[in-house]
Amino acid sequence: MKYGTKLLHTGHEVDRATGAACIPIYQVSMFDQPGLDEPGVFDYARSGNPTRKALEGVLAELEGAAGAFAFSSGMAALSVVLMLLSAGDHVIATDDCYGGTYRVLTRVFRRFNIEATFVDTGDPAAVAAALRPNTRMLLVETVSNPFLRQTDVKAMSAIAREHRLLLAVDNTFLSPYLYQPMQDGADIVIHSATKYLGGHSDIIAGTVAAREADLAKEIYFLQNAVGAVLGPQDCFLLMRGIKTLKVRMDRQVETAKLLAGWLVGRPEVREVFYPGTGAMLSFRLVDASLTAPFVERLQLPLLGVSLGAVETLVAVPSRHSHASVPAPERVRRGITDDLIRLSVGLEEPADLIDDLAQALAHAGGEAAAVEAD
Amino acid sequence: MKLTTALVHTGVRRDPSTGSVSVPIYQAATFEHPALGQSTGYDYSRSKNPTRQALEDGLARLEGGARGLAFASGMAAVHCALQLFSPGDHLIATHDPYGGTYRLLDKVLGLDISWVDTADLVAVRAAVRPTTKGIFLETPTNPLLKMADVAGIAAIARQAGALLIVDTTFLTPYLCRPLEHGADIVVHSASKYLAGHNDVVAGALVARDEAIGEKLFFYQNAIGAILGPNDAWLVIRGIKTLALRMEKHQENARKVAAFLEAHPLVEKVLYPGIGGMLSFCVKDQELAAAILGRVKVILFAESLGGVETLITYPWTQTHADVPEDLRRRLGISDRLLRLSVGIEDAGDLIADLRQALEQGGGQ
Repeated sequence: MKYGTKLLHTGHEVDRATGAACIPIYQVSMFDQPGLDEPGVFDYARSGNPTRKALEGVLAELEGAAGAFAFSSGMAALSVVLMLLSAGDHVIATDDCYGGTYRVLTRVFRRFNIEATFVDTGDPAAVAAALRPNTRMLLVETVSNPFLRQTDVKAMSAIAREHRLLLAVDNTFLSPYLYQPMQDGADIVIHSATKYLGGHSDIIAGTVAAREADLAKEIYFLQNAVGAVLGPQDCFLLMRGIKTLKVRMDRQVETAKLLAGWLVGRPEVREVFYPGTGAMLSFRLVDASLTAPFVERLQLPLLGVSLGAVETLVAVPSRHSHASVPAPERVRRGITDDLIRLSVGLEEPADLIDDLAQALAHAGGEAAAVEAD
Repeated sequence: MKLTTALVHTGVRRDPSTGSVSVPIYQAATFEHPALGQSTGYDYSRSKNPTRQALEDGLARLEGGARGLAFASGMAAVHCALQLFSPGDHLIATHDPYGGTYRLLDKVLGLDISWVDTADLVAVRAAVRPTTKGIFLETPTNPLLKMADVAGIAAIARQAGALLIVDTTFLTPYLCRPLEHGADIVVHSASKYLAGHNDVVAGALVARDEAIGEKLFFYQNAIGAILGPNDAWLVIRGIKTLALRMEKHQENARKVAAFLEAHPLVEKVLYPGIGGMLSFCVKDQELAAAILGRVKVILFAESLGGVETLITYPWTQTHADVPEDLRRRLGISDRLLRLSVGIEDAGDLIADLRQALEQGGGQ
């Protein structure tokens, strides 16, 4: 079965009791039990909810995982993965990672004596050099944020196998439609499902998939013990979003390629970062003074955090996604005010190009006028 | 304003743009910025969502706190509050807490816990060490329904420089407001009485002052175990009838407790005289098991605090994660049943319990 078909037919899409073509929203906290020695499938909705279970079945199918779990946010999903570690453990993480990931590693898990080293995971030699006797996990983003550098999961998997590490892969920027990291040896796949999986800027959600059943069991223990579960309404919306993942991604990638090529030729743009896949791109303006006039002049893209939505979103990583990274660390990584990130949506490409053109011209003109003064 | 009025007005006047009496369900992940460096106050729903905020503000008002925070579950709320401590920190905790709280304290966070009968002030005082960083108590406890002297423990906590966290899921702010007695943080499994309809899983924290509130917010946002907008709205909806429900839960619980007290097959009734929860011991394990299968009006299910009456068996259900020897030592026996008394007609509940106790000629 082709992946685009699988997105719609995972075997978890129909309500068996009624035949309804959508799973009902079980807005319930607990379940009546048949008898003391005959527990029902569900007892308490933190531990298991039929709507969430259907979603988790879909997610496991899409990743080729033994089990998958839905959380109240991407950060809740990531936090549970980090809770697999114990005090004294060391984790190697992608240096160019989402600001929230950096924050939770350095300001929450550091307190639990879990240490993180941030390296360019696009460079396997750098990862190997960062290994310590107590390294237990590699936490990589397939496409990094905001510079969209790719990490070779196969190479990471080789290092992980050799040193008996857990390989956790955040694949938010690509989605399972474009790439399934487990095929290349990932043990765990994490998504901020708020992004492409949900796809409509209407839910906050996170997912964790585990390749092996034993690991899935550990993650389930933590999901239930810590309780950062996704509510039923949001589970339903996420399943609904997944049904159009292929058509959305196909269109978004096509437009992103077009825009990336177009931006390269603009005089106001110094550098374009686009890895050739996915629908995220970043670019550096010739000067940070162009940033405000540019983003404020745009008519179509929404200015704000988040990404992966049907609407094109524009963000300034130094102010938005990476504001939680300390300023010196941001500068070291090149996340300065001249950097713009675009999450390409489903609008007509010609409309986006027209809008970007007028906003860039306006910003460039403003800068030239200031210089002339 | 009286609390009953405040309850009804939770989430009201939150939408000046339309005047809608009910706060809209903002099913939104992200918010457009008016300009670079400007914000409407909302950026990303993990950090702040208008529907969740209406609930959080309401919670703070009901508890008399500076800041409320809403979570994906009661356990997520407890987990967030415990982030204020670091591994190795010494905490004093109620020795018969909810099984999930026990699991978090005992297995997940690496804290050094002294398990104490928090209904006993002398025992609490004796457990304080120079290094004690916090006291975590449930009042009343689950399932033994022992009441703690919150003001007395607050004095001990203050003297020790420890943070006092109080879980009053069983009483709600309608019957008990721990911040008024000196607690620093109040915890709720909002799935229970606050929402009240067995239809949401949710948790809440309320901080006494803004400084504690800010710290809790940092972890709420960083770890991201937030409550979704639809569930936040349902909790607001539940809170509007909290006063009426709690009055009825309590009235029914008193009647059911009196009935059970007088029943020859019931050995002991644990009811603190307040709230809608009670536990009782029957004469043997077989009868306890039989009752669970015989009840007709009452639902055999975990959880509590809903409009429907629920019966549960702590031995294998809510407290299965507590080691067996500890369960026995605490008095959680295999003959103990816990009732969350709903708002049905009290006569129907009593008749259902009577037939469940007496079926098969048990008399």
